[in-house]
Order: sequence, then structure tokens, then C-alpha cells
Amino acid sequence: MKKSYKIDVDCANCADKMEQAAKATDGVKDATVSFMTLKMKVEFEEGADEKTVMEAVRANCKKVEDDCEVFL
Amino acid sequence: MNKKQKKNLIRIIVSAALMIILHFVPVEGLIKLVLYMIPYLIIGYDILIKAGKGIINKQPFDECLLMAIATIGAIILGIIGSGDYVEAVAVMLFYQIGEWFQSYAVGKSRKNITDLMDIRPDYANIDDGNGSLEKVDPDDVEVGTVITVKPGEKIPIDGIIEEGTSTLNTAALTGESLPRDVVKGDEVISGCVNINGVLRIRTTKEFDESTASKILELIEEASTRKSRSEDFITRFARIYTPAVVFSALALAIIPPIAIMLISGNITFGTWIYRALIFLVISCPCALVISIPLSFFAGIGSASSHGILVKGSSFLELLSQTKTIVFDKTGTLTRGTFEVTAIHPQKIDAKHLLHMAAHVERYSSHPIAMSLKEAYKDENDGCSVENVEEIPGRGIKATVNGHALAVGNEKMMADLDITPKKCHKVGTTLHVVMDNEYVGHIVISDVIKEHSKEAIAALKANGVERAVMLTGDSEEVAKDVAETLGLDEYHAGLLPGDKVERVEKLFKEKTGEDAKIAFVGDGINDAPVLTRADIGIAMGGMGSDAAIEAADVVLMDDDPLKIATALKISRKCLRIVKENIWFAIGVKLICLLLGAVGIANMWVAIFADVGVMVIAVLNAIRCLHVSKR
Repeated sequence: MKKSYKIDVDCANCADKMEQAAKATDGVKDATVSFMTLKMKVEFEEGADEKTVMEAVRANCKKVEDDCEVFL
Repeated sequence: MNKKQKKNLIRIIVSAALMIILHFVPVEGLIKLVLYMIPYLIIGYDILIKAGKGIINKQPFDECLLMAIATIGAIILGIIGSGDYVEAVAVMLFYQIGEWFQSYAVGKSRKNITDLMDIRPDYANIDDGNGSLEKVDPDDVEVGTVITVKPGEKIPIDGIIEEGTSTLNTAALTGESLPRDVVKGDEVISGCVNINGVLRIRTTKEFDESTASKILELIEEASTRKSRSEDFITRFARIYTPAVVFSALALAIIPPIAIMLISGNITFGTWIYRALIFLVISCPCALVISIPLSFFAGIGSASSHGILVKGSSFLELLSQTKTIVFDKTGTLTRGTFEVTAIHPQKIDAKHLLHMAAHVERYSSHPIAMSLKEAYKDENDGCSVENVEEIPGRGIKATVNGHALAVGNEKMMADLDITPKKCHKVGTTLHVVMDNEYVGHIVISDVIKEHSKEAIAALKANGVERAVMLTGDSEEVAKDVAETLGLDEYHAGLLPGDKVERVEKLFKEKTGEDAKIAFVGDGINDAPVLTRADIGIAMGGMGSDAAIEAADVVLMDDDPLKIATALKISRKCLRIVKENIWFAIGVKLICLLLGAVGIANMWVAIFADVGVMVIAVLNAIRCLHVSKR
């Protein structure tokens, strides 16, 4: 299952860091961040609970880039 | 400008002003340090805080942390040696100017591009039952509801006109500035702007399934399909920063120790300064921002011309197109049959067409349709009797007392009449009146107005081989290919044969980077659209099949748009390459100069901020591509 989330981040490199962090999160099969449209597209692994996974993604993103936000 | 940008701009101006004032204040020693710390903290406090967080979160290559180390290092060098704090504050100041500019420029172009694609309808008007209109969220409108669109409003949902006539502006969808007239019974699609009349439309789709929503979704998705250039640059950035940081570390330690061992001179200060220069240049932002920005601007520019590109990767592939394969009917030609020549004998041309049109009056054959189209005033009181349709031959009838026969060569043979051969390519209708040959009419598919121009423009933009595939006869295909200046054509193909032909082109292709594009109308050529490197579908307005199967969708059916798309992609990729080489090149040169002591902190600031500003400005050029 794929879902798209709005994000907020200031620099392109930070957006890439968020992408890496999201990809490394458990329950995420694949993730892409578009800095230009400020969107994060997440593909979940089967059976993963979307809500808890996204909370984890958000926390992981905050760890690599303090000044970012994922709108859930 | 948003709130954050305003605040940062004020910080930049205040600390820059303080720097200028301090330049004229003759103080030395500790007071000087304290005074210079004021603008430093004003401009850099948030960077220092983030640097601290970077340490806590174990992010050693955090830009803020690197910037903090570089500036604090420079200040310490100032305290123990030179007494110069200007450089340290300047690095922070210019770093912030760079960040501010980046945020402003990206925000601005983001807005520009989304404005270009602004087709999102905000509301729909429905009848509330009391005769007045109510504005509702288009998401809540069910299929089959009648909605009212007033002049100046956008059509929110696809549907069919129940009542009213008007003119629609389709520019946002097709890039075509010529308005389209619509009447009752016409299908209309969302995203068009109603110019004059009030329209009542029965919706045929849900909002999410409507054209405008679909297109917006596609454009938003497009930037998540990243190109090879984008992948390259992000991977490069991931290696670049650590590499530069480690070289900085090595530069600070190895040379001074080596020099100390060999000659006994203490040179730590010089080498640490050079290492700090490295840290300033280590930020990869110029690279990382300018590439996706270029693609995004390119996609935005394309969509303003009515060309939907479904991903940055396709823009990249499109720019490498060397072979372009066309479907004929509906792509290069209009796909409708028209009377293209009237060659009368004994009677005049108008009379010949008049008689033939009357004979074909009751037929629904496509040929009859095109005759009727050519001779419009058929209700002229002439009598048409004894109509007899002979399948595979033609039609016989009595018009105004004259025995007429209109048909092909087989029919002429049946009637024992020798028809005159025609040099024009197409379907020839021979006409016999009262057992006498009176001439013939040629009907053929008409080449689109811009087809020839489009092929020439494609050739001028790097296409080496233009191929046409068609199910039509050899004769017709040859004529079209010659008229348009195509390199080759293959006639008499079934839909399956087309895929085979494209497979063959793949085997013949010259190199990995020579891409093959296929252009079709998307209706029955989905397999070929998928097989080619890039599938381009024409006339995608309202056609889900085309939008689904293709990588690039032309919203109207003007073949010149293919050339425009190619031009945009080539310009975009040229800018991307310029940016990659320029940014990497300047950074490497500055690193080299810094290592041998030629470059100072100011050069490093240019390599960081200056390069980014230039790269971003260059990227924005992708937005502007002329039509031809």
C-alpha cells in the first residue's frame, strides 16, 4: 500500500536525509521524498500498521534533521 | 516571503550593518572579540543550537555542525593569532544569506510552477432545491448530479452539457490559447474555464476520477520518479561531505606534524585554517538543490504547454531520444477522411460533387460521410430515387432523372466503363452519369497541419531516425512518408506487428543512450507505448487509456508538441549537466586552492554560497522554453 504525506523541510540535502531515514524505518518498504513538491510517498510493508509506522518515520526524520515536519 | 524568511532577512541585514559599523570602530583585544560576537550570535545562534542537536543525534556530517566548527575554529584562530574575526562572522553571514536565498528562490519557483498548473477546482455549484445555487466541495458531488458552471468559473467535474452553450478556455490543460465552443450534448472535462454562457452539466465521473484531479495527481507524482542525474547527485552528496570532512581532518594534522618532524617549524595555525576552509566548502546543497529544481521547472514548463511528463526520469530519457516512431492515423494524419481532389470530365467540379453527394445521401459508410461533409447543402430539392448499394463496389441511384453510379474500379468494370487512372493517393470514387464517365473524386486521410514542421523540428533537436508504422496500404504510407520527410515507413501492419517492429529497432540501435520513443493516440497501441523507452500519447484530454499507458501525454493532438517536449527536455538536461559540472568543478578547484594555501575563507564562501546561487538561477531557466 502506498500513501502520500505532506512534509516541511528547508533544504534539499535534508530532504534526502529524511528519505534515507524513512527508508530505514521498520515497516517501510520504500519511501521517496520530493523536495520540490514537499511530499513524502511511503510504501508500507504488508501487514504494517500505517499509523505506528508513520510515527516512527516522523521520529527518525526528526533525528537526522531537527528542523523538519511530517504531517500525519 | 513567509514569516521565517522575513525574520531571517532582518537578522541578515542587522548583522551585516553591525559588521560595517565595526569595521570603523578602532578597538583591539578582548573588546573587539566581544563586539564581533554580537553580529556572530545574531546571525548564527540557530546554527549553533542545531549543531548541538546534531551532536546529540550523532549526525557528524550535519551542515550546521560543520558550519559551527568552521566558524568557531576561525574565531579561536583569531584569538590566538591574527586578531581577525571578520572572516568567521562573514562565513556565518554568507551561509545564512545562501540559505535565505535558496529558501526564497525555491519557494518562489515552487509557487510559479504550481500556478502554471493551477487547474484545481475549488467548488461545484449545485441546485439546493429552492431554485438557488449552493457551493459544495466537488468531492461530495455524486455521479449524475447536475452542476451549474457560471461564466468565469472552472468546470469542476467531467460531464455532459445538459443545457446552455458557451466557449471554453482550455489553455490550462492544453496550452492551446484558441477557445473551444461547446453546445448541449458535448462532453466537457474539468479544468477548463467557462468564458461566457451559463452551463448546466450532468457529471459522468467522480471528482477524484475527473481529468483535472488525475492530471494534478500525475504532476505531483512526477517529481518522486527521480532521474538518473538526481540519483547520481544524491549519491555523490552522500560521499562528498564525509570525504571533504575527513580530508579537512587529515589536512589539519598530517602536514603540520610532517613539517614539524622535518624542519622543526610549528605551523599548526596555517593548516587548521586551511582545514576550516574545507569545512566551509563541504556543504553539498548547491548540487542537491539545483538538479531537482531544474527537473521540476522543466516538468512545470512542459505542463504549461499542455505536455504532461510523468516523471523526471522520462524527461531525461526524452532528451536522449534518437529514434522516434510514429503511428500514422490520428498521430501524423487527422484520422478522418476528407475529399482531397475533384477531377471532373465534361461537367464542372461542383456539379460532379453535387451528384455524387446525392447518390451517397442515405449511406452511413465513412466515404459517404466525407462526401456529405464536402457538399453541405444537400437539402436542395433534388430528387433522389432508386438507391441501390452494391457491397464492395459502390452505389447506384437516380438523381433528377439521371442514372448515376458512384464506386470503385470493380464497379466500373461491371459497367464496362474504362475509368481514368488518378495520380492522387487515396480512395478514388469514379462517377458515371447516364452511362458516361464524368470524372472522379479522391478521398483521403489528411495530414495534420503541423506534421511536416514537427518532423523538421524533431530532426533539428537531435532525432536521427523518424519511422512511421501503419496498418494502412503501402501506397498511402509511401505518400505520407515522402510528404513529411520521414526516414522510413512500414505499411500494412497489424497492432501486434508494431511491437515486433519496435523490437527490431531496439536491436538496431546504435548505443545504450540512444533512446526510442513511440508516439501514438493511445487507444490501440498501448503495448507499443509500454515497450518503447518513452511512450508518448496524443490527445490525452479525457482519455484514461492514454494517460495510463504513456510516459508523456500530449493534451491536444498537435504533433508540434512532440518537438516542444523534446526541446524542453534537452534544455533541461543541458542545464542539469551545466550545474553538475559547474558546482562540482568549482568546489574541487577551491578545495585544491585551499589545500595549497592560495584560497582564503572568502573563496570558500564563494564556493559554497556563490555556486549555489548561480546554480539555482541557472535551474530556473528551465521554466522558459519558447514554443518553437
